[in-house]
Amino acid sequence: MIAALIIVFREVFEAGLIIGIVLAVTRTVPHRNAWIGGGVLAGVLAACVVAAFAGALSNLFAGMGQELFNAAILVIAVVMLTWHNVWMARHGAELAGELRVAGQAVVEGSKSLLALAVVVGVAVLREGSEVVLFLYGVIATGGDTAWGVTLGGLGGLALGLMICLLTYFGLLRIPARALFTTTTILIALLAAGMAAQAAAFLEKANWLTAMDNVVWDSGWLLSDASIPGKALHTLIGYTDQPTAMQLTVYLAILLITFVLMRLYGAPAKAVVPARG
Amino acid sequence: MSRSRTLSKAVIFAAVAALLPIAATSAANAQAATEIQLSYKDKKFDPAEISAPANTPIVIKLKNLDAKPMEFESKTLKIEKVVAGSSDATVNVRAQKPGRYEFVDEYNEKVARGALVVK
Repeated sequence: MIAALIIVFREVFEAGLIIGIVLAVTRTVPHRNAWIGGGVLAGVLAACVVAAFAGALSNLFAGMGQELFNAAILVIAVVMLTWHNVWMARHGAELAGELRVAGQAVVEGSKSLLALAVVVGVAVLREGSEVVLFLYGVIATGGDTAWGVTLGGLGGLALGLMICLLTYFGLLRIPARALFTTTTILIALLAAGMAAQAAAFLEKANWLTAMDNVVWDSGWLLSDASIPGKALHTLIGYTDQPTAMQLTVYLAILLITFVLMRLYGAPAKAVVPARG
Repeated sequence: MSRSRTLSKAVIFAAVAALLPIAATSAANAQAATEIQLSYKDKKFDPAEISAPANTPIVIKLKNLDAKPMEFESKTLKIEKVVAGSSDATVNVRAQKPGRYEFVDEYNEKVARGALVVK
């Protein structure tokens, strides 16, 4: 039972952190619960499908299907998160201000919500498919521990939910003005971390072998397999043995986000005051 | 507004596309790898200890002979791979320094253990 609890919790942990952040980011957007709930549900359903076809998926691309699949869904999440940040830089003020009730803003808000719902769905899909496989494997053996494993699984799920709520309410304690800046930085780091992870998967699939030298090893200080290390891994993309490629991809995503937010963010401020 | 959105998407896709040629060219000149056969049955790895030379990429051909799925995991080697029941998997490991690297089936972490010794 304890083993089941730990395994399920470890898988759900990352998804819980991401959902908590997304909930905090969208707290002022109408209908956000339906969108994010939809994302979670879609993720759970997709996780079951992925688990059912795990064998077939793995055999694709000369046995590297799993790695490439993970890399692909991480890239989708990175694009969605970056798009959200750029979109919010442009429309965040309207949404938070008096225009919030305007029909247009609601429609626009939903567009960014779709991106975040996809991110939530992808996170649940990735972690969920492993939980499904694990539980399926245990139930398939039948016998003595099935009940204990179910209890352990539910316990792990509850702990994951708690991480989600702690993240959410933790972020909500930040004053509204600072919250936007905080979550923008958080989402940019989240996206950069996911991009570096995608690079790591491509490296494992041997699709990306350039700059594969490990730059440093800080495993003695903080292993990315430990719970604090895993939290940092999800939040800012911490890895104890990053390759040069992972670092490059990480910094490139931060730079791209920054440049795009500068280019397309807040056009009203640049144009309107000039004419008076 | 919609034009700038299309533009920003274009920039992202351009960045992704720019990385692809690097992947394609570098895959061609990968070093010859050491191939190791490993099987898994009744929560046991066979052989429980495998070895490989240092500083060469390693490919582990893993056969899961159990009907259940397993997750081949090694924290030190940074491997996490789900292997469906009664199926094979290929695991690429980058060139390693000499040392002993433990791996487990994450679903049966306590009993299903093995190690890769790099010399």
